[in-house]
Amino acid sequence: MTTRNPQLNRNGELTHLLTLEGLPAEVITHILDTAEPFVSIAEREVKKVPLLRGKAVFNLFFENSTRTRTTFEIAAKRLSADVINLNIGASSTAKGETLLDTVDNLCAMNADMFVVRHAQSGAPHLIAAHLDAMSRTHVHVVNAGDGRHAHPTQGLLDLYTIRHYKRDFRALTVAIVGDVLHSRVARSLIHGLTTMQTPRVRVIAPRTLIPTRVEALGVEVHTDMREGLRDCDVVVMLRLQSERMRGALLPSAGEYFKQYGLTLDKLALARRDAIVMHPGPMNRGVEIDSPVADGERSVILPQVTFGIAVRMAVLSIVASS
Amino acid sequence: MKIEISRGRVIDPALELDRVTSVYIAEGAIAGVGEPPREWRADRVIDAGGCIVCPGFVDLAARLREPGLEHKATLESELAAAAAGGVTGLACPPDTDPPLDEPGLVEMLKHRARVINLAHVYPVGALTLGLKGETLAEMSELAEAGCIAFSNADAAMPDTQMLYRATQYAATFGHRVWLRPQEPYLAHGGVAHDGEVATRLGLPGIPVFAETIALSTIFALVRETGVQMHLCRLSSAPGVAMVRAAKTDGLPITCDVDVHHLHLSDVDIGWFNPHANLMPPLRSTRDRDALRAGVADGTIDAICSDHSPVDDDGKQVPFGEAEPGATALELLLPLTLKWAREDEVPLIRALGALTSAPASIIGITTATLRKGNAADVCVFDPAHSWTIRPDALRSQGKNTPYLGLELQGRVRCTLLAGHVVHEM
Repeated sequence: MTTRNPQLNRNGELTHLLTLEGLPAEVITHILDTAEPFVSIAEREVKKVPLLRGKAVFNLFFENSTRTRTTFEIAAKRLSADVINLNIGASSTAKGETLLDTVDNLCAMNADMFVVRHAQSGAPHLIAAHLDAMSRTHVHVVNAGDGRHAHPTQGLLDLYTIRHYKRDFRALTVAIVGDVLHSRVARSLIHGLTTMQTPRVRVIAPRTLIPTRVEALGVEVHTDMREGLRDCDVVVMLRLQSERMRGALLPSAGEYFKQYGLTLDKLALARRDAIVMHPGPMNRGVEIDSPVADGERSVILPQVTFGIAVRMAVLSIVASS
Repeated sequence: MKIEISRGRVIDPALELDRVTSVYIAEGAIAGVGEPPREWRADRVIDAGGCIVCPGFVDLAARLREPGLEHKATLESELAAAAAGGVTGLACPPDTDPPLDEPGLVEMLKHRARVINLAHVYPVGALTLGLKGETLAEMSELAEAGCIAFSNADAAMPDTQMLYRATQYAATFGHRVWLRPQEPYLAHGGVAHDGEVATRLGLPGIPVFAETIALSTIFALVRETGVQMHLCRLSSAPGVAMVRAAKTDGLPITCDVDVHHLHLSDVDIGWFNPHANLMPPLRSTRDRDALRAGVADGTIDAICSDHSPVDDDGKQVPFGEAEPGATALELLLPLTLKWAREDEVPLIRALGALTSAPASIIGITTATLRKGNAADVCVFDPAHSWTIRPDALRSQGKNTPYLGLELQGRVRCTLLAGHVVHEM
C-alpha cells in the first residue's frame, strides 16, 4: 500500500522511468531540455557521445515491437552503451521462467539498465520494486510500454514535439482521437499534458473506446469528432489495432473511418496552424487519411526523430541518478 | 476434563448475553455459564480477565487447498491457522483440484479434518461437475457425504438455463445453493473494479453492473424455484441496495461479505500491489462504506474471511497475472473488530456476524454457549496489538494486503469440543 512514487529515489532524482503520472513538471522539463542538444547530434557525421560508455542496456521485450525497440537501441548506441536485445516472448517465459527469474539472471550478467515492454500493465513497476527489494539500486528500469497503462517515452516525445511547434503548453487545446480504452500512449500523454498545465485536453472516440471515468484524469470527453476538433492546436491520432476494427467495440473499419478518421475536411475545423501527430505505425484509411498523414501539418516523421533524442535524454538521466 | 474460563466478558450473540462471568466446560460440552454445575471442581482454570469469551467463529469461505493444491496449503497448516484465528467451524468452497464433485473426495476431506481435529470442516459441494457449468453434480450423494451446500465457487456459469435447472434441482431436495453474484461475460478478463483507478493503471475492469445483473437473475430464480439461496461476497453499493430491497420484499436470501472489502478499496492497489488483487475486486470507497453499513444494519448477515493461501509464485508477477486472494483466517477477528470500533457497532452485533449468523446459514446450531452444546469457544484479547508478519501467521499463505501493518485483537485460546486447540 505504498504511495511513494517508485520511480524517484530518496533524493527525488529519476532513477526509473515507469510512468508520467506524478512526475513533477520540472523533471519533465529537464528531460525535454536535455533532449534538445541530442537532436543535433543525429545531424553530425559522428553520431555518438560517450555518456553511457561501458554500460549494458538490456532491451527486454516481452511483447513484439520493432519500432520502439529500434529507437531505444539507436538511442543507447548513440550514448555509446552496449545494447543487448532480448525477445523474451519467444524464449524464457515459454520455458516457464518467471519475469523476475529472467531479471535476476540478467542482473547476474551485470545489466545496468532494463528497457521493458510487457503486455501486462505494471510489469515494469514489479521489476523496479524487485530491484529495490534486492538492493540493486544501481540498476534502472525504463518502461517501453506496459499493457494499457503507460508508454512514458512516447508521452515525452509527444510533449517534446508539441513544445517544439507550439512553445507554451499553457495556451493549448489538444485532442487525442481514437482507441483511448486500450491506449498506453493516450494515458501517458494525458498525464504529461495535465502536468504541464495544458488547459484543454480532449479525448474523442465512440463510447465503446473511452475508459470508465476518464474525466477523472482531467480530460473532456467528446464523441462527435467535428465538435471535438474545433479550435484544436494539436490533434493526436491513435492507432486502431486491426483485431478491434470489427467486433463488440466497432462494427467495421469503414464505419470507424467515416466517423473518426482524420480527413482534410475534418481537420479544417481545428485551428489553421494545428499540427497532426500519430505514434505510428499508421493505418492509412482507418484512423487517418493519406492527404493528412502526408500533408504539411503532419509532424509524424519529426516525432520519430525527436523520439530518439528524448530516449537518449531519459537513458542518460536515469543512469546518472 | 473440566475447564473453567473465569473472569472474562462473555458475549454470546445467540443468547443475547454480554456480561463478565465464567464459563464451565465438562466432557467437551458447555456445562454452564455464570452458574457452576453442582459439585464443580475444575481440572483447569483459564483466566480470561480482560478478555472476551465467545462461541468459536464460523467462517463461510476458507480455502484449505486440499485436495490437489497442497503446494499452496494443507489441511494441517490451514486448520492450525483457523484455530489460531478463533475459527472453530469453516465452510470450504469446492474449487480444489479436482473440485469437490464426488462423494469420495468429500468423505476423504471430512475424514482428514476429523483426524487433525483443529476445526469443524463443512464442505461446500460443486453445483456442477468439474465446476464446468454443464452437468449437475450428484447433490444428494454429496450431501450424504457431508456437503452442507452447493456452489460453483468462482467458476463462471454463463448458461442461465443451466443455472435455472441447478437451482430447481437443488430446491427439489432442499439443498442450499451458494452463489457469488457475477455475470461472467461482463467480468471476463477483468482484474480490478471498473473505475477511476483501473482507468489510470490501465487494468481491465469488472463493472459494478456485473454484480447487479447477476443479482437480478438470481432473485428471479429464487422466486421461481424457492431454492434456499445464499449470496457470497457482495462487493458493491448497488448490490447492497438490491439485497436490502429483496429482503424487505420477503425474498428468503442470506448474504455475506469478505472482511477485506469492509476496509480496502481499489485505491489500495497503489502502484499495482498484487496483494490487493482480490476476487471480487476491491471497489470504490463508496462501495466499501455501503458494505460496512450493510453489515451494521443486517442486510449482510455474515462476515467471512475468504481465506485464500497463495504462494509467492502466484503473487510475484504483474498485477493482472497475479492469483487473486489473501490469507485471512487469522485476520478475520482483528479486521472485524477494527470495523466495529470505527463504526461504533456493538461488539455483540459484530460477533453475531462471525458466529450465530454464519452458523444458521450453514445450518448448524452449535455456535452458542448454550448449556449442553459442544464447547467450541474462543477467548480473545481485544486490545492486544500485533504486527502482521509472515512468521506471525500459522497459515502457509503469507500473502495479505496487511503485511507489515499493526492490528488490534488476538486470540488467546481456542477450544474445540472442550479441547484446547490453540493457546498463546
